[in-house]
Amino acid sequence: MAKKILIADDEPNIVISLEFLLKREGYDVAVAHDGVEALARVRAERPDMAILDVMMPQRNGFEVCQDLRQDPEFKDLRIMMLTAKGRDTEVSKGLALGADVYMTKPFSTRELLAKVKALIDRA
Amino acid sequence: MDSRAKLITAVAVACVFLLAVLLAAGAVLGSGLEAPERALLASLLERRFGAVLMIVFVACVFLFLILRATHEFLVLMPARAAEEASAMLEQPTTRLTVQGGRELQALIANVNRVAEQRQAQDEDIAARIRAANAAAEADRNRFAVLMSELAQGVIVCNPDGRVLLYNRRARALFSGSSGQGMAALGLGRSIYGIFDRHLIAYALENVDSRRHTHRHFVAATESGRLLRVLVAPIPEAGAAAGDGAAGTAHGLAGYMTMIEDMTETFESESTRDRLLQDLTESSRGQMGNLRAAAETLSDYADMSAEDHRRFLAVVRDEAESLARRVESAAHTYAAVLKSRWPLEEMLGSDLLTAACRRIADRCAVQVSLDDVDAEVWIKVDGFSLLQAMTYLAARLHDEYGIKDLRLRLSRDGEMAHIDLIWSGVFMSTETVMTWELDPMTLAGESSPLTVRDVVERNGGEVWFQRNHASYLAFFRFLLPTFSGEEAAASSVGGAMADSRPEFYDFDLFKGEETGLALDDRLLAQLAYTVFDTETTGLEPSEGDEIIQIGAVRIVNRRLLRHESFDQLIDPRRTLPAGSVKIHGITADMLSGQPPIERTLPIFRAFVADTILVAHNAAFDMRFLELKEAGTGIRFDRPVLDTLLLSAVLFPNQESHRLEEIAERLGVSVLGRHTAVGDAIVTAEIFLKMLPLLAGKGIRTLGEARAASEKTYHARIRY
Repeated sequence: MAKKILIADDEPNIVISLEFLLKREGYDVAVAHDGVEALARVRAERPDMAILDVMMPQRNGFEVCQDLRQDPEFKDLRIMMLTAKGRDTEVSKGLALGADVYMTKPFSTRELLAKVKALIDRA
Repeated sequence: MDSRAKLITAVAVACVFLLAVLLAAGAVLGSGLEAPERALLASLLERRFGAVLMIVFVACVFLFLILRATHEFLVLMPARAAEEASAMLEQPTTRLTVQGGRELQALIANVNRVAEQRQAQDEDIAARIRAANAAAEADRNRFAVLMSELAQGVIVCNPDGRVLLYNRRARALFSGSSGQGMAALGLGRSIYGIFDRHLIAYALENVDSRRHTHRHFVAATESGRLLRVLVAPIPEAGAAAGDGAAGTAHGLAGYMTMIEDMTETFESESTRDRLLQDLTESSRGQMGNLRAAAETLSDYADMSAEDHRRFLAVVRDEAESLARRVESAAHTYAAVLKSRWPLEEMLGSDLLTAACRRIADRCAVQVSLDDVDAEVWIKVDGFSLLQAMTYLAARLHDEYGIKDLRLRLSRDGEMAHIDLIWSGVFMSTETVMTWELDPMTLAGESSPLTVRDVVERNGGEVWFQRNHASYLAFFRFLLPTFSGEEAAASSVGGAMADSRPEFYDFDLFKGEETGLALDDRLLAQLAYTVFDTETTGLEPSEGDEIIQIGAVRIVNRRLLRHESFDQLIDPRRTLPAGSVKIHGITADMLSGQPPIERTLPIFRAFVADTILVAHNAAFDMRFLELKEAGTGIRFDRPVLDTLLLSAVLFPNQESHRLEEIAERLGVSVLGRHTAVGDAIVTAEIFLKMLPLLAGKGIRTLGEARAASEKTYHARIRY
């Protein structure tokens, strides 16, 4: 069965590229445009992995990540943070809150795909 | 004498008068008598002549006694009172003894009362003077503390550029780069040794002409630090700052410079500027390439496959290099950002201890310290962090009744974690994270800042974590650590030993009378460098070398202890064993020290244009003279020798050794046989000699030199 990935980001221009890339690689892709929608869709659709942007309206990526990690139901969910906020302190925070991997924009698409593959195949 | 003569005269006159009266009475009586009666009277008197004489004598004696008593009363007692009164002029506490008649007693009592009044007045004045002096002293001390603790360096000069005040920071900024050596900055020194004369002149000129009160310029120190200097003229009392012609002469009592070390600010500002410039100007090229390619691709969808590929390659290329550029800019910027806020370096454990106290104080919460890593240094705005932690603790207490908190500090690579831990009560992340964004109000104290603001200002992060297994929850503050070595190095210089630094002397405002020749200048007004050398032996012409020079300065009759020169010198020869016992300097201490060729020019600069003073100066000067050829440094300043001056003052003493002169003059001798220690003792002796020399009529430099020449010991040549 194809693995499912949720992309949560409010910027359509990055969603376009990510969706295209991931679909091409054979993953099922769902999209959320803000934190609340992201949580709802994770609960509803049970993806294998979530790619979260930090700067989202409603609830930001950190909060979503923390919420998901609090819930034992989602302990197997892989979380990747993909964001423009790249300072050391922010990376530490993301990882401490339970993200599996933290990537800063701008990123290399090849690298992203490699990381997604490595992460999702672990499950 | 006078009064006794008066008494004798009076008695004599009285007796003569009595006799005259008696004779006259006798004559009158006799003239009214007949001849036989006269003969009878005469024979009567003859027979009773002895008795008559006796009566006359007794009468005289009585007269004498009466006159003496009267004299005592009317002349002696007032005279005595007058003498006592004149003693009273000298010694205000004496009082006249009450004596004499009622009138005299009344007078004496009143005189005594006047004396009382005068004494009381004198004491009153003395007390007021003391109080005023104490107040002035207190003001001056406060002022000194203020000056010394300023973050900027301050130097005040008289119109000739002579330094008459500077503070600790200024001293630190200009401390010499030649190790122990000396500072270019000192009381009485010229400020033109530190700043270019023209720069200051230009700055001052522009102050006058443009009606500004001050002017800035930028200067660099020897060690390459960049300084921003503010120059402000100090107008003569009564004149306004804008008056007076250009130049330093008119209407100017002096000027003040305020110095700020802007090396770091400058560096971080210029880094920021470079970053911005880089991003905007240099990136534009790349953006241009990218945009052109992207637009062409979209507008000319029908281009050949080959062109298509080429354009895509361009897009990919430019995008990648732009990404790299942004990445490195972000990195640099993060580093620059850290230096913006005024953050203090502190031990993490100190912050936690303070937090414990504060939280326990403000909220009814028990706080204990958990695992605290005592080696962690952080650079933070301590107060705002404490506020944030207290705020969170207060909310935990108010809204969830939590009474027990623990604080923990640990290190994770480059970051420090400070955790505010509690157990038992769990709340949802959502609720708690909104606390981050609320302005911190705490039992009356309110701050417009939120916890998030504080954490950002400190360059860190904060979040909330729960550990279900151990039933613990905590707020974690992530803060950048600070390397401890940086902490030590960034403190300004070393601690100043003196608690009452001699950093100012307002007498120097007056400037020098340049019209007089040096020999005609008063000893009390000149500046001196008192020095002493330690050497390998006593024979300068037989190969002995200087191994230490110590010197202190005297400016305006004050010994400036911490403007000293102290340098060990490598003699480039072996040290005789015997000499080590005398001066305590071992070969180890000398290895690695600069040779005389490097030290002498610095010492010469330290001496500048002062008068040299040393004990047995001929000895030291001979050493210095012998080095003239090798180093090219001439010491052509006039020299005073305390040994010769002692011979001038105490010609009959056998020995003029330093210890004995010191004892004679009451100078304590501690720390002998280091060059600086000896220099200080010599300087104190010299200062004590100055009034003694003045007492002998030796007031000017020329007079001192002439007197020194004359003494016998001057004939000894080395």
